[in-house]
Amino acid sequence: MTLTELFTQSLEIMVAVAAAPLFLGWITQCRAWLQNKSAPSVLQPYRMIHKLFHKDAVIAANASPLFRIAPYIVFGTMTLAAAVIPSMGTRLPFTASADAIALVGLLATARVFMALAAMDIGTAFGSLGARREMMVGFLAEPALLMVIFVASLISATTSLPAISEHLSTEAVGLYPSLAFTAVAFTMVLLAENARIPIDNPATHLELTMIHEAMLLEYSARHLALMEWAAALKLFNYACIGFALFVPWGIAAGTAAPSALLIAVPLLALKLVVAGGGLALIETLSAKLRVFRAPEFLASAFLFAVLGLLVHLLLGA
Amino acid sequence: MNVQFSGRTLFLAGALCGAGIAFVGFWALGTAAEHVVLRIGLPDLPFHLRLDALSAVFLLLLGVASVGISIFGAGYFRAGQGTAPGLLCLQYHVFLASMGLVLLADDAYAFMFAWEVMALASYFLVTTQHRIAEIRRAGFLYLLIAHVGALAILLCFGILQGGSWALTFDTMRAAHLTPQWATLAFLLALFGFGAKAGLVPLHVWLPEAHPAAPSPVSALMSGVMLKTAVYGILRVSFDLIGTPIWWWGLIALALGLFSALFGVVFAAAQTDMKRLLAYSSIENMGIVYAGLGLALVFAGLGMVSLAALALIAMLYHCLNHAFMKSLLFLGTGAVLHATGQRNLGKLGGLMRYMPWTAWLTLIGALAISSLPPLNGFVSEWLLLQAFLLTDQIPRAFVNMLLPLGAAVVALSAALAAYVMVKFYGVIFLGAPRESSLVNARDCGRLERLGLAWLAAGCVLLGLMPVQVIARLNAVSTLLVGVGLGHHAQHWWLLAPLTQGRASYGPVAFLIVVLAVVLLTVLVVHLFYHRRVRLSVPWSCGFGQLDARMQDTAEGFGQPVRHVFQPFFRMQRELPSPFDRAPKYRVVVTDRIWYALYEPLAGLVLRAANSVAWLQQGRVTTYLLYSFVTLLVLLAVVLA
Repeated sequence: MTLTELFTQSLEIMVAVAAAPLFLGWITQCRAWLQNKSAPSVLQPYRMIHKLFHKDAVIAANASPLFRIAPYIVFGTMTLAAAVIPSMGTRLPFTASADAIALVGLLATARVFMALAAMDIGTAFGSLGARREMMVGFLAEPALLMVIFVASLISATTSLPAISEHLSTEAVGLYPSLAFTAVAFTMVLLAENARIPIDNPATHLELTMIHEAMLLEYSARHLALMEWAAALKLFNYACIGFALFVPWGIAAGTAAPSALLIAVPLLALKLVVAGGGLALIETLSAKLRVFRAPEFLASAFLFAVLGLLVHLLLGA
Repeated sequence: MNVQFSGRTLFLAGALCGAGIAFVGFWALGTAAEHVVLRIGLPDLPFHLRLDALSAVFLLLLGVASVGISIFGAGYFRAGQGTAPGLLCLQYHVFLASMGLVLLADDAYAFMFAWEVMALASYFLVTTQHRIAEIRRAGFLYLLIAHVGALAILLCFGILQGGSWALTFDTMRAAHLTPQWATLAFLLALFGFGAKAGLVPLHVWLPEAHPAAPSPVSALMSGVMLKTAVYGILRVSFDLIGTPIWWWGLIALALGLFSALFGVVFAAAQTDMKRLLAYSSIENMGIVYAGLGLALVFAGLGMVSLAALALIAMLYHCLNHAFMKSLLFLGTGAVLHATGQRNLGKLGGLMRYMPWTAWLTLIGALAISSLPPLNGFVSEWLLLQAFLLTDQIPRAFVNMLLPLGAAVVALSAALAAYVMVKFYGVIFLGAPRESSLVNARDCGRLERLGLAWLAAGCVLLGLMPVQVIARLNAVSTLLVGVGLGHHAQHWWLLAPLTQGRASYGPVAFLIVVLAVVLLTVLVVHLFYHRRVRLSVPWSCGFGQLDARMQDTAEGFGQPVRHVFQPFFRMQRELPSPFDRAPKYRVVVTDRIWYALYEPLAGLVLRAANSVAWLQQGRVTTYLLYSFVTLLVLLAVVLA
């Protein structure tokens, strides 16, 4: 573990934690522009979080300790996830401890804690949200794993930095299998991050909500952490996508800190484009009924399986 | 015998014996095999015993898990309607001992003897509440399937002896079977041990027997007894037959994957907490058999290092399941004693009244959902790594289809998390669904100790995979010739193939998550404040919230019932809009029961009826039968 590696690692974590709300703000802004609405500032999520931290936490009298520690655990696992995704450099000391499969496990841990916390108070919305979130989870997680498996079969490793190093050294467009999985991954990203067409991030009270339903009982600092963790999750998913499908520019190998000078702006550029793309998808699609979600995610899964078959048949 | 004595003294002594067995198993893992011939049993048919690495690892599992279960049992059993406590204690320990003997047996006679004692002892334990007709029925079903399985195992040994008619395992190892006979022997073993392991379609006894048995017995049956079936199939296919044919693995793999998915989908639809866990056991045994299938495929094709990976993944999962499932079953036992309810629809909010049980059970629930850094994840990770290597298999089509198995494993694991959120959330979280639940009291000290032992096992197996695998290597060396290397520089980093290929370090994982959590707590509390106001839950302006507004167990299972509709046979009763007292009911049952067992039972019944005309009930007819039999026998002797 050299000093450079340690520097890259801490930079990654800090950038992810700090920039996640900005990314969310950017998507919201793009969405507003596309829908001819006046857009809130990109800094709006920071103001929300800051405001929430100042408020008194109101907790249901029958809440168990699980309810109070869950936001911290969710936030902690998301931060750890940010640490193992190569967004700027691939020489990260911590990635040895968690490969891509462990990363999926980590995301599942956050989901389970969130669902358990939502069931803790015993309100109708809480358990409804928990059940729906777990439904989306059990459909999206295998699809995500299949996406990762295609990339790992191509690169003969499950370590995420090694995958993106391998893929970034190859020429563009050589992998038809990755094209299928990119579609699958985008669908998983939308579903897992409570975006349209599966969930509506702009809603706070409607019968079809998923993510917001789980957070209804949270307030103040707990809510701030949950929202921040959700922003971080979206940021992480975007970075997983970059590492798998557009790995160019990530400082590979034993690159000097100077490589980061290219990697950081390039990451910003990718995020700007991805945010715009997400906003476009969300603007163009309508929200699905909850029970259409399985069909949506099953097609994501099938796309990933198709990618796998294409890889195994063509070897590409 | 009074409850206090058999509980406090005999069960604790049993726990001590369990610790002894575990120690023997642990010690024998690193040493050469040992033989002993016991001059007991029938004349000229002594018991041959052998302790090698394969027996040792399962003995270790038996010992360590039974320590926790026996300590819990010491506080759990109380005098009631069923079997008297003294007799129950005897049955329990005979059951433990017979499982130990199954693992040590080195000839078919001793094996079958121990196997039958195990089946009978567990049958009596299942029917502890024998005054209830439903429980007697569950016990009978279990006994029936256990014996159908035992018959197949007996036939399998009959083939394996290869004409020498010596029933020791040594002669079976030496016997050379043609591929056809070997295949037949393997299929019989797969059927026989599959019946014990609960593979679909032989799983029907599990969801009946587990809810019927007292919780420590369910824990022992699910956590330990199911593993003897894994031991048996490993012993037969890798040791006694010796050279498995690769496509046997495909059969085991297909059965395993189907059982995994089937089990977990049904678990999601259950409303009885122990029945839910029983279906989850079917899932886990399915995953174990999928690992076995992969190991057979790799071993049959001579890819020994990959076979070692798959074998270790499945053995690891056996160990994990012994801890997780025992922990969960014991947790349901504590809930059952505190509330008298097994029905998820009448539980809820118990975390506030039974914090010890709730927090310890949470560890088991998270572990079985295969979440890092607990133990369930390690075996899932290893198994997925093994699946990712199946594209190297030098057989066309197979190398394309097998990686898809990883998708089924991933789907089952994700569904297992769903099932566990349902299980845990409905029992321990939310508001109590019955007013009597507020009187629920946490379990006693011994029970807590038993739960804590198993929970500690889940955590340790999760955090120290390198050390565990170093021990398990002895088994894979015995069965396929090589172990799994350690390719990382650090003791805490698991890298089974090469570090570049895949690595996982749960300790670092846990430390960083804990550090981030603590740091966040500190920062939030220092920079802002830690004020908290308690209030009533928000009711959307509706007024008073009511515990019945929560999601029910049926409701929580609804998405799975919807998505996996073809698996279920559902009978719905929906009231008409004008009904004064509307009743909604949905009964979810197993298609296999109607598609396979009922026709089979009908067939048996018809066959029995058609031979019934022999029974005329007249003495003269029976004398005629005897006379004819005598004539036929004489003719045979003379010919």
